[in-house]
Amino acid sequence: MKRGWVARIEQSDAGAVVIIGSGAGGGTLAHELTRRGIKVVLLEAGQRQSLATFSQNPGEAFGQLTWLDPRTQSGNWDPVKSYPTLPAWVCKTVGGTTVHWTGATPRIRPWEIRARSTYGDVPGASLIDWPIEYAELKNYYQLAERRLLVTRRNGNPGMPASNNFKVMYAGAKKLGYKRVHTNYMAINTRPGDGRGFCIQQGFCVQGCKTGAKWSTLYTEIPRAEATGNLDLRAGCMATRIEHGADGHVTGVVYRDAEGHEQRQQARIVCVAGNAIETPRLLLLSESAKFPHGLANSSGQVGRNYCHHINGFIWGTFSQPVRFWRGVVLGGIVEDETVNEPKRGFFGGYHLELVSLDLPTLPSVGLPYGWGRDFASIIDDYPNMAGMFINGEDLPQAENRITLDPKVKDANGLPVAHVHVDEHANDKAMRQHARAQATRMYESIGAKRVILSPTTPATHNMCTARMSASPRDGVANAHGQAHDIPNLFISDGSAFSSPGSANPTLTIVALALRQGDYISRQLTARKL
Amino acid sequence: MSEPLASRGSVPGRSLGRREFLQTTGILTGVLAAGSPFALLAPSRAWAVDLTSLTSSEGETLIAATRTIAPHDKLEDAAYAIVIRAIDAAAAKDEALHKQLKEGVASLGAGFAKASEDARVAALKRVESSAFFQNLRVQTLLVLYSTPMAYAHFGYEGEAFSKGGYVFRGFNDLRWLPEVPLADSGPVPAES
Repeated sequence: MKRGWVARIEQSDAGAVVIIGSGAGGGTLAHELTRRGIKVVLLEAGQRQSLATFSQNPGEAFGQLTWLDPRTQSGNWDPVKSYPTLPAWVCKTVGGTTVHWTGATPRIRPWEIRARSTYGDVPGASLIDWPIEYAELKNYYQLAERRLLVTRRNGNPGMPASNNFKVMYAGAKKLGYKRVHTNYMAINTRPGDGRGFCIQQGFCVQGCKTGAKWSTLYTEIPRAEATGNLDLRAGCMATRIEHGADGHVTGVVYRDAEGHEQRQQARIVCVAGNAIETPRLLLLSESAKFPHGLANSSGQVGRNYCHHINGFIWGTFSQPVRFWRGVVLGGIVEDETVNEPKRGFFGGYHLELVSLDLPTLPSVGLPYGWGRDFASIIDDYPNMAGMFINGEDLPQAENRITLDPKVKDANGLPVAHVHVDEHANDKAMRQHARAQATRMYESIGAKRVILSPTTPATHNMCTARMSASPRDGVANAHGQAHDIPNLFISDGSAFSSPGSANPTLTIVALALRQGDYISRQLTARKL
Repeated sequence: MSEPLASRGSVPGRSLGRREFLQTTGILTGVLAAGSPFALLAPSRAWAVDLTSLTSSEGETLIAATRTIAPHDKLEDAAYAIVIRAIDAAAAKDEALHKQLKEGVASLGAGFAKASEDARVAALKRVESSAFFQNLRVQTLLVLYSTPMAYAHFGYEGEAFSKGGYVFRGFNDLRWLPEVPLADSGPVPAES
């Protein structure tokens, strides 16, 4: 897509800010910097799609948007067995994972960002508090919610109730839950900010063809381009961040769309490749000066990988639901989003609405099976209601991203290896959530409740975390690397702990905050 | 993955040309049920799927195996034949897969396709841990539920963008449970 006003930034331009990744973090930060007159090169490994090119064929859309480069895994969590090459389900396309996300935007809670103080010294966990005051984060949440036009915030109406939500609501009310509604959603219920409105297609994950759902692809990125300060390079995969003798980063090496090696000089580098690729790139950038990878004097790069406790719960009923009609995630139960250790675990979880299209449900949404019993679940497809668990998992030092010693990608570089062993707390929370969700559906007459195994992580966090002390993490409270002042972490990797909220809103809030910080530092000539 | 029937090369009622006939190694045939929505669209209720790497007899065994993996009694055989066609096409391009399928089919025995369901389940359980079975199971789930026959059979309406979504076409038409108060949901857009 050629645009007349798009900037061409020379590769030798050492004044440019280079951002790696164009999703919620990188795309938002690119807009924040370019609108203030700062030149930005935005490297994106994937290709550019548009509302017109989004496929409405679920299998094809998956292939069009998903990050399918090889990854390896180990540990005791389910995806090691069920999805050995796909630990995470994230995007490789301009707009990143904001193209397939479902638009749910709850906030992390005040007690969740004080994770270590709230939960205490939990054996096996590597908890820390966020180095940010909640009052400040809250200001940026409000800015982010205005930017994304989040429902139920700032006077915006809520999403209307779908069939699937009516089932969730009735069950939740039977159990006495109080905070049950159609979720906080970055999906327009009426046209606004150049985006269309939701026509309840149910195809949120395939790319929203009305643009009702916020994505950097058609909001922040074209606005950044319109400033004349953005040079977006799609199909360009960063392979190494380079540094000078003083330890400051000086540029980024990448493979262009034709596979040729290129080198872009930089004044500042911001990494926003999602929480698996971000630490991988830092580790790949090892050098004589930084033998364990960039920004890794603490040894924390890649550690503390968090992915949320997830899992589907399906209820089948004797009457139709047709849960494929309507916005996918338009429903939430917030009552279990509390820290009550008497339930048998620390932290809280959300139950959120979900549906899956017919081609996807049998392969992704159901436990392993075949034969009469398995097929009988699918026979009830029109009478099925669904929700999923979104709970806080505990960070652990050994749950981490490393470079695979054997497997290489198309560029000959080691792929990311993901190791996850579940903490006893994770298992106890999942068990509680499954029991509550089952009670919800059974209380209103479900014929059967089906529990899925853990699916590939759509929420990936904490692998280059912010910390007050440089010993405990990779970056300071602004996502600025403790070791390298002109290197920033600009995605969910920077979370100090995962909380129980879907991460996109928090990633956007932190990107807005980081944009303020970088531009202030540039003005003050501190960067 | 839900291509129209014709693009999968299984056009109901079509006749094989001589050149195509020479390239095929097997054929699966059947007749759409009289009440099937596809019977109304097709020039003939008879359908045929050409196989290019598997024999007719291997195809029949695999159809019986996919029906045992995902048994939906009233779902058209044509839907299962599309699974076999996809597997056959993949095997034509991959000699290791071709060998795996031939050996897997042989391991099920000559009488598999005509055996009782209990006997077929027992035979598949014996090979459940094999790469042959697991590949067949995955392909069955991926392809079968993407077919237009499966959409029609299960009442799944699929993409709705081309029809204006479901906002005015039943996204909230459930009436067997109470309505949600406005405070916990939001207004339905007005139809103009």
